[in-house]
Amino acid sequence: MQRAAALVRRGCGPRTPGSWGRNQSSVAAEASAVLKVRPERSRRERILTLESMNPQVKAVEYAVRGPIVLKAGEIELELQRGIKKPFTEVIRANIGDAQAMGQQPITFLRQVMALCTYPNLLDSPSFPEDAKKRARRILQACGGNSLGSYSASQGVNCIREDVAAYITRRDGGVPADPDNIYLTTGASDGISTILKILVSGGGKSRTGVMIPIPQYPLYSAVISELDAIQVNYYLDEENCWALNVNELRRAVQEAKDHCDPKVLCIINPGNPTGQVQSRKCIEDVIHFAWEEKLFLLADEVYQDNVYSPDCRFHSFKKVLYEMGPEYSSNVELASFHSTSKGYMGECGYRGGYMEVVNLHPEIKGQLVKLLSVRLCPPVSGQAAMDIVVNPPVPGEESFEQFSREKESVLGNLAKKAKLTEDLFNQVPGIHCNPLQGAMYAFPRIFLPAKAVEAAQAHQMAPDMFYCMKLLEETGICVVPGSGFGQREGTYHFRMTILPPVEKLKTVLQKVKDFHINFLEKYA
Amino acid sequence: MASSTVDQSQVARNGLREKVLTLNSMNPRVRRVEYAVRGPIVQRALELEQELRQGVKKPFTEVIRANIGDAQAMGQRPITFLRQVLALCVNPDLLNSPNFPDDAKKRAERILQACGGHSLGAYSISSGIQLIREDVAQYIERRDGGIPADPHNVFLSAGASDAIVTVLKLLVAGEGHTRTGVLIPIPQYPLYSATLAELGMVQVDYYLDEERAWALDVAELHRALYQARDHCCPRALCVINPGNPTGQVQTRECIEAVIRFAFQERLFLLADEVYQDNVYAVGSQFHSFKKVLMEMGPPYAVQQELASFHSTSKGYMGECGFRGGYVEVVNMDPAVQQQMLKLMSVRLCPPVPGQAMLDLVVSPPAPTDPSFMQFQAERQAVLAELAAKARLTEQVFSEAPGISCNPVQGAMYSFPRVQLPPRAVQRAQELGLAPDMFFCLCLLEETGICVVPGSGFGQREGTYHFRMTILPPLEKLQLLLEKLTRFHAKFTLEYS
Repeated sequence: MQRAAALVRRGCGPRTPGSWGRNQSSVAAEASAVLKVRPERSRRERILTLESMNPQVKAVEYAVRGPIVLKAGEIELELQRGIKKPFTEVIRANIGDAQAMGQQPITFLRQVMALCTYPNLLDSPSFPEDAKKRARRILQACGGNSLGSYSASQGVNCIREDVAAYITRRDGGVPADPDNIYLTTGASDGISTILKILVSGGGKSRTGVMIPIPQYPLYSAVISELDAIQVNYYLDEENCWALNVNELRRAVQEAKDHCDPKVLCIINPGNPTGQVQSRKCIEDVIHFAWEEKLFLLADEVYQDNVYSPDCRFHSFKKVLYEMGPEYSSNVELASFHSTSKGYMGECGYRGGYMEVVNLHPEIKGQLVKLLSVRLCPPVSGQAAMDIVVNPPVPGEESFEQFSREKESVLGNLAKKAKLTEDLFNQVPGIHCNPLQGAMYAFPRIFLPAKAVEAAQAHQMAPDMFYCMKLLEETGICVVPGSGFGQREGTYHFRMTILPPVEKLKTVLQKVKDFHINFLEKYA
Repeated sequence: MASSTVDQSQVARNGLREKVLTLNSMNPRVRRVEYAVRGPIVQRALELEQELRQGVKKPFTEVIRANIGDAQAMGQRPITFLRQVLALCVNPDLLNSPNFPDDAKKRAERILQACGGHSLGAYSISSGIQLIREDVAQYIERRDGGIPADPHNVFLSAGASDAIVTVLKLLVAGEGHTRTGVLIPIPQYPLYSATLAELGMVQVDYYLDEERAWALDVAELHRALYQARDHCCPRALCVINPGNPTGQVQTRECIEAVIRFAFQERLFLLADEVYQDNVYAVGSQFHSFKKVLMEMGPPYAVQQELASFHSTSKGYMGECGFRGGYVEVVNMDPAVQQQMLKLMSVRLCPPVPGQAMLDLVVSPPAPTDPSFMQFQAERQAVLAELAAKARLTEQVFSEAPGISCNPVQGAMYSFPRVQLPPRAVQRAQELGLAPDMFFCLCLLEETGICVVPGSGFGQREGTYHFRMTILPPLEKLQLLLEKLTRFHAKFTLEYS
């Protein structure tokens, strides 16, 4: 017993299986073995186990950081330990994280942030005056003139005003009220909060939430966690992933059988699919939401990522307003934006906002109350959002460099989008819809029957099987389409277009080679 | 689209339809949530501030926000070293500047190396940057006299609140009589009651003993638990040490007794230790639950499930806005731990600047570092001032008739008990207000001082309290305390 206790005190209790403590596991095993010798001292069942834990949390899945990514992590550690592989590095093409793949932050943004973080720098000649002006304005609006104070739960006031002004400019003068702006910890936070408030009822009256298939799996995860009902509507792959209102109608009718559909989620530009909705489509969706009395969530975090010359971003807010008062006074809408995408790529800052339209004043009160329990979103993220919505303008000192950097990033992304689409479409057995926007390719892969069988033998979704093989043979980590949803019998994967151009070309070539081999192997 | 206060009859008249999302159709659990620290009295304070700005005459010239534990908002300066390193991380060009000390630059480089793309702008892994988790583990080991901490058991979070909610979410189970019950102290920090309401868990109150400096009495834990078993399935026990709002620092014996109790009664322990750096009273000492647990040896050390929380918001740092924090889990089921990581992954990662801030908190300058002296001086100054303010507060309140205040052994608040005359209680009831809310609203209207009524934290029936921070600068605090006690005397007279 003494021995077991000593081992335990050296930190050798049973561990999560994983890389840390591989050389500790034998000691842990020893400790456990010693503990087992004395039955009356053997481990009793824990209070918190898979069986006793929250079943809704258990049901949650989030493929973007799911099993394949965990596997990629393990492989990276093996590489670090010098284990030989057919590749020298793991390419993380699974997540929309531009800076992790080498994209540089926007200079002006980081200058203002540094000035806010360490205001002594306001005396430094190394910072442009326009950056200092922005920093002073932000700091003055903060408690104790510091990023270190909590802000109001809805966000720093002047930043909300700046967001409203941005929206008004973006939407050609359609007014935005700062009171309807809520700053959030990334867009995910806002989306999750709104969904939380919306979910009610039980049994057949449980709230149904309509989501696109394929979707960004935050939606399905939150729906799972909240024990709401997921109502799938399929985007049309034959038609560049277009949203078809007939399909919306089909979905909502079927759903009414077993739930109370109340919410319609749209991602535009789309993730993983990259389509940019036409204005007509958005009008049709708004009309549908009005007809069916659905609360609209418009996830617009890729609004700055539009590449196709034939496409334009139309905000749901703007279109709603322009459709006239019957719609613009009635349809309840929440639109979301973020600092993580666009040309900024400031994922780590967790900056975001939502604009709500036509929310009942009492609901707005409830919203603030709910947000207040978590006090406030990270103030540095709020500051980042401020610079995104209030960038240098012509005439300002930093404008030229800012413009250059922004155009460079967006131009690069557009180039990579085209490159990826073209290259994938050259591969037999892969078909890729145009990457009109966002940051991903979501190509369809045609898998031979033998491959599907092999996958089933391994108890894996066929595209997961494919992606695991791809990872093991090339080090390239992408996310299987099953993680986003797809029509039965079809297979896809989502790959980001974020690696630098040359590396992306190499990656695409490798995927091509792998795919051809795979087809041969399972012919 | 401009917001408007439209009532339902007006809606009908204007031809506006009933909304999809109304008080009746919304999530009923969310409706039940309350969070007094930013509740109605704070909203009134905001209105008054607005009125002052518009030039409306008031018996005071400023509103004093003594409602929230936000040190920097009340003028406390950030620690220089922390902000230097963070600025270097934010804008690495500054690494070439002669105006930053070498040790700050080294830290910044170290952190950036550990970030994706060497940038704070990349997502980190969902449990937080590995290097920082390791630094946190080492901090815990140093703090606990060498008792090991495993970085894999450390999860960074967006403030401690984020991690507390995540752990509570895991514990939700059952329904009706088998629904998870969670024991929380009364008075409590209302994050707990709010989260339990939101998650539909059963709140099980255990009363701290006001007569004995808010001590935690295991007999009271027993009482609460056995009563609770009637209608729910208690699975967790929350302890806040040092206490909020009560400020008591638990003795080691007490912590051992709590651990034994949790073990015997099969309760998952949550130890909220965000004020671990805020201990003022002579004779009080912070003992981490982790340390005590490990020193108790088996079976406790190897079986008692524990989650301990810390934050960058309090201590001597006061970096609330960065939302930095962590949870250390002990003896958690590995499969559940994976589930927790999965849950965290849906929100991607905690804010990376907050993670960087936490790193500096857990690994501050060493005595041989160039920045050490200034760092130490700043840190000591903050803590010394807080201690002085704690003493002053306790003293002033204790001398005031009708107000009694337990020793402020730690944390950042006083939670004095106020005697309210029966006529005041009656008036409050007529207005549909809790008596201490009525008192606090009157205080606010007359003096501009905003504190939070005890009813927002919980208290024994028939007792009234308020929570006031000790954060305003010393001279201002002195004035506030005088104003407040004068007001209370006046109020008592008025309602006699």
